[in-house]
Amino acid sequence: MNRATKHLLFAAASLLAVSAVAGDLKIGIAEALTGGAAQYGVPIRNGFQLAADEINAKGGINGNKVVLVVEDEQGKKEEAINVFKKLIFQDKVLMIFGPTLSNSMFAAGPVANAAKVVAFGTSNTANGISEMGPYIFRNSVMESDVLPVTVRTAVKHYKIKKVAVIYGNDDAFTKSGYDVFKKVLEDQKIPVTTTETYVKGDVDFKAQLTKIKATNPDAIICSGLAEEAATLMVQARGLGLKAPFIGGNGFNSPKLFEVSKTAGEGTFVGSPWANTNPTPANQHFVAAYKQKYGADPNQFAAQAYDAMTIAAAALKSIKVTGNVATDREALHVALPKVSISGATGPFKFRQSVGKDGKPAGYDADQTPFIYVIRDGKFVLFTGK
Amino acid sequence: MLEQQLVNALTLGSVYALFSLGFTLVFGVLEVINLSHGAMFMAGSFAALTVVTRLKAPLAVGILAAMLVSGLLGLAIDALILKRLRARHAPHLIPMIATIGATTVLTSAAQGLFGVEVQRFPDELLPTREFIFGSVHVRALELAIVGIAFLLMTALFLVLRHTRQGRALRAIAESPKAAALLGINVEGLFLATSFTAAALGGVAGLLIGLNFNSVTPLMGQPILHKGIAVVILGGMGDIRGALFGGLFLGFAEVLSKAYLSSQMGDAVAFGLLFLILLVRPAGLFGRVLERKA
Repeated sequence: MNRATKHLLFAAASLLAVSAVAGDLKIGIAEALTGGAAQYGVPIRNGFQLAADEINAKGGINGNKVVLVVEDEQGKKEEAINVFKKLIFQDKVLMIFGPTLSNSMFAAGPVANAAKVVAFGTSNTANGISEMGPYIFRNSVMESDVLPVTVRTAVKHYKIKKVAVIYGNDDAFTKSGYDVFKKVLEDQKIPVTTTETYVKGDVDFKAQLTKIKATNPDAIICSGLAEEAATLMVQARGLGLKAPFIGGNGFNSPKLFEVSKTAGEGTFVGSPWANTNPTPANQHFVAAYKQKYGADPNQFAAQAYDAMTIAAAALKSIKVTGNVATDREALHVALPKVSISGATGPFKFRQSVGKDGKPAGYDADQTPFIYVIRDGKFVLFTGK
Repeated sequence: MLEQQLVNALTLGSVYALFSLGFTLVFGVLEVINLSHGAMFMAGSFAALTVVTRLKAPLAVGILAAMLVSGLLGLAIDALILKRLRARHAPHLIPMIATIGATTVLTSAAQGLFGVEVQRFPDELLPTREFIFGSVHVRALELAIVGIAFLLMTALFLVLRHTRQGRALRAIAESPKAAALLGINVEGLFLATSFTAAALGGVAGLLIGLNFNSVTPLMGQPILHKGIAVVILGGMGDIRGALFGGLFLGFAEVLSKAYLSSQMGDAVAFGLLFLILLVRPAGLFGRVLERKA
């Protein structure tokens, strides 16, 4: 093979490898697209794709197209690090969205932070994520931000003096929800009449509920998944227990009504997003997602969709030079100033403080929506 | 509160008893711990659900479908698996393991056919009537479960005691070889027993699926564990034992949740079970095991 052919092949190969042309805005997507965490990662990827397609259909950002470089981090720490390195050093993306799980962000976040590239999580809710460094961002709202508002709103509305608590104690999600509730109740000085538990697979909660009824609480705080919560509600009403429920993120599912029907009336739930939110931005997102993917979006898709909108707003405000390092830094500086009104409502960033006391990355500064169940539907609570 | 908890315990205990009836029957006659009983339970629920939702049939037809489908599955497991193992005089452990395999096949098939999510009976079918006595609330369906558990137990007990088939079954339970020598159709009665036991399991599945309005491919698993405990406690193969064992477990579980802690329900129930077995190794109604040897 002569030298000229070699050059020609090499040029062709690099053309194929870098399908992006000058002026394209390359954004890395590192999400779990296979494995157990794919149930979150796939809707997240869809949310990004939908937002990027809409941006490009409108002519891109300042005339530049958004190009997504999508990688599967499989929900594994090691893989997340590999994918981050590939996106940063090989694909030379402007910023990275992901990874899906908090665990992976703890592993891969420092890689991005050291390379001075923004790592933007849309689904990491663990404490300490943004404390890792100034290049770590997230728009995911933590349960510890949502539940205090839910409890405070319900307490005020129902004039609650004391509550009973029930939760699933063999599930990481419902157990951590309980831990947050417990702290919230202590902070707000609300006495707990009794704390009851159940395990996965239980269908008969009558013993616990009878006990709760005897303590006569003003409300029942429940950290459970929608299926169990619905059965709990039905059995509570069957026992003549009329106190309203207050739930965590697990309640945010249409499944709750399939079973509970009217038993859930008056339940208070907080959420960073709900598909029934009537704002035009959300209604547009829900309809567009359904049309593109043939399924209802979930909270994770909504947060990804909004994250892309946030990044687009930052990119619009900077002048892209084509020098990766310069553009990455400009984006990093512009991002915290963004505030939008998206599918999850009004959004802005809040800077967190690192372990060394210095300003670190950025968390979501967002008011959760409080919903109350009326006529078997989530209705936005407006104080009445 | 105590009255309500006693009612809760009675209904939960009846659920356990209902499930354990068929389970203990198979053991008493076939001397096989048939671990596919949980799958029969699940199959009955799905059969009824399919009939009432797809064919819009009334609930009575659903009950028949539950009995028939579960019964035939039980028959098939006996004919295809247990009968062959009997013919080869396989030791006790083998049919037990084989029925675990059958359970895996059936639950996987159900997951493939119906999906892994919880299914529900349509609202209009659910008897929603409720009775209130003072501070005690009881739903009509719960009363039905208690009633049916007692009724089936009595019927089964009378059949075994006072009919020709019952006597034959008891003869088989005593010694299949001697029974065969006396001209009893042992294989035929084995098949009939497997059918009846599975049909009972299917009805239990339907009633319990209705009561909690939750039907899933894995619904037989948690109750199977309780069922094993009930059968051991009551005395392996004893019909009265299934009832009393079931009620005992129900009361122990509910009362320890009520007066100790809800984390302790199973711990107390199974702790008591252990203590009783220390005193009566053959269970409450168990025959002296040495007689067999």
